[in-house]
Amino acid sequence: MFATQVGAVAQRSLRRTLRQPANVIPPLVFPVALMAVNAAGLQASTLLPGFPTDSFLAFALAVPFIQGALFSTLNAGTDLARDIQTGFLNRLSLTPLRGSALLAGHLTGVVVLGVAQAVFYISVGLIAGAGFAAGPAGIPVLLAFAALVSLGFGALGSYFALRSGSGETVQGLFPVFFVFLFISSMNAPRDLMAVDWFRTLATLNPVSYLLECVRSLIITGWDPRALTLGLGVAVAIAAVALALASRELPRRMTRT
Amino acid sequence: MSVWPVARGVAWRVIHNVVRTPGLLLPTLLFPLFFFVAFAGGLNQVQQVPGFEFDEGYTAFQFCFVLLQSAAFGGVFTGFGVARDFEGGFADRLLLASPNRTGILLGYFLAAAVRWGMVATLLPVIAVAAGMQVGGGPVDIVGLYTLALFVNIAGFAWAAGIAMRFRTVQAGPLMQMPVFLLLFFAPVYVPLELLTGWIEAVASVNPVTYLLEAARSLIAGEPTGVALAFALAFALVAVLILWALLGLRRAEAGA
Repeated sequence: MFATQVGAVAQRSLRRTLRQPANVIPPLVFPVALMAVNAAGLQASTLLPGFPTDSFLAFALAVPFIQGALFSTLNAGTDLARDIQTGFLNRLSLTPLRGSALLAGHLTGVVVLGVAQAVFYISVGLIAGAGFAAGPAGIPVLLAFAALVSLGFGALGSYFALRSGSGETVQGLFPVFFVFLFISSMNAPRDLMAVDWFRTLATLNPVSYLLECVRSLIITGWDPRALTLGLGVAVAIAAVALALASRELPRRMTRT
Repeated sequence: MSVWPVARGVAWRVIHNVVRTPGLLLPTLLFPLFFFVAFAGGLNQVQQVPGFEFDEGYTAFQFCFVLLQSAAFGGVFTGFGVARDFEGGFADRLLLASPNRTGILLGYFLAAAVRWGMVATLLPVIAVAAGMQVGGGPVDIVGLYTLALFVNIAGFAWAAGIAMRFRTVQAGPLMQMPVFLLLFFAPVYVPLELLTGWIEAVASVNPVTYLLEAARSLIAGEPTGVALAFALAFALVAVLILWALLGLRRAEAGA
């Protein structure tokens, strides 16, 4: 019963996203476009002593994974907020659908899209000539990591949607997430950052560890420290976000 | 009939709206500052790359890009307002009520300049506090800001032309994407000489490259290619003002 409910909600979540080109194309195209521009513009920085690779494309390939997940956050949150605003959630609350099944189904849709995005980014990277230092075995690990990150960010978007009930509020979070992305090791390894306060902020920023985890599989190989830190941060974000979203859900599913 | 009363009224309304609406004011102010912090702070080590020669340092190098970027997007964001006015029907009433419709466009232009002026005032304060070195004298700085003002006018004229043709905020991506691409296909992070591959070819034919390089030479106090940059900026402004005026005529016909 629970699985049927989750399946139905996940199917709806996926179908709704796929029917809206504006929800599918930007998460695929914008991160890749930004990566292409940055990889070309910052290729010279690979000449810095200690830079971990001679291809900035390989270095930058980690960014679309996290940026795509940020887009997922917004899409997941906006879709759920729209359900609240249109009264769809109120009508759902009159059915036998369990709140946990709603959240699980909604997030399943987000995770499936997150993994599809990751496959696209890996394909683009490989076609563009970026190597994959961890070898073929690293690809399933990267996809699993992408799923975990999408789950965490998707749950975060759902929390904000449940809390505010407003799509505009969720969209308004975009600059905040963008700040987290840019004040990280997105464009440079932390140990090469010359400005102390920026390096400190990047070190405190959990997004740096997500990026470095993906990056380690692409340019280093199997780096236990980067993998452990990245997975730890991703699990922590997912756990906190799921707990927050689950706490808000009953308030929105109250029968009135 | 004078254009000024209309222009003053439109400009006042737009500026009033921007100042009183945090959702409009904050992105205008914070986005350029954020880009400045992210680029000047996070990429400072790029100045150590062999062949990178800019004596004023990476903060000044990035300041010029962010100044031009803020000017362009100050114009584009004002274009969003034009589209919103058309979508909501306010612009139709404005067209009916205005004795001189060119004044409407001029009013929006003034508002775009004032809106960018807020960022242009705040940005150097932050940059100098962050340790930016300025080699140029007052004349160079006036030149730099005049160049940026041209970019602001061009950015608004482009966005207004789109807004008045499509008359919906949904045309927003069409207003900002070409501007974004033009800006980022220039030597944003390193000088043109250090670019390689496709970006070098694209940047070499991108007019923004020459505006950016002139801006950097002005802040360094060693003006180079300034005449070419002003000629390009002037040509860009002339063509895009014509584009905006034709858009106004199209909107008048559709009103």
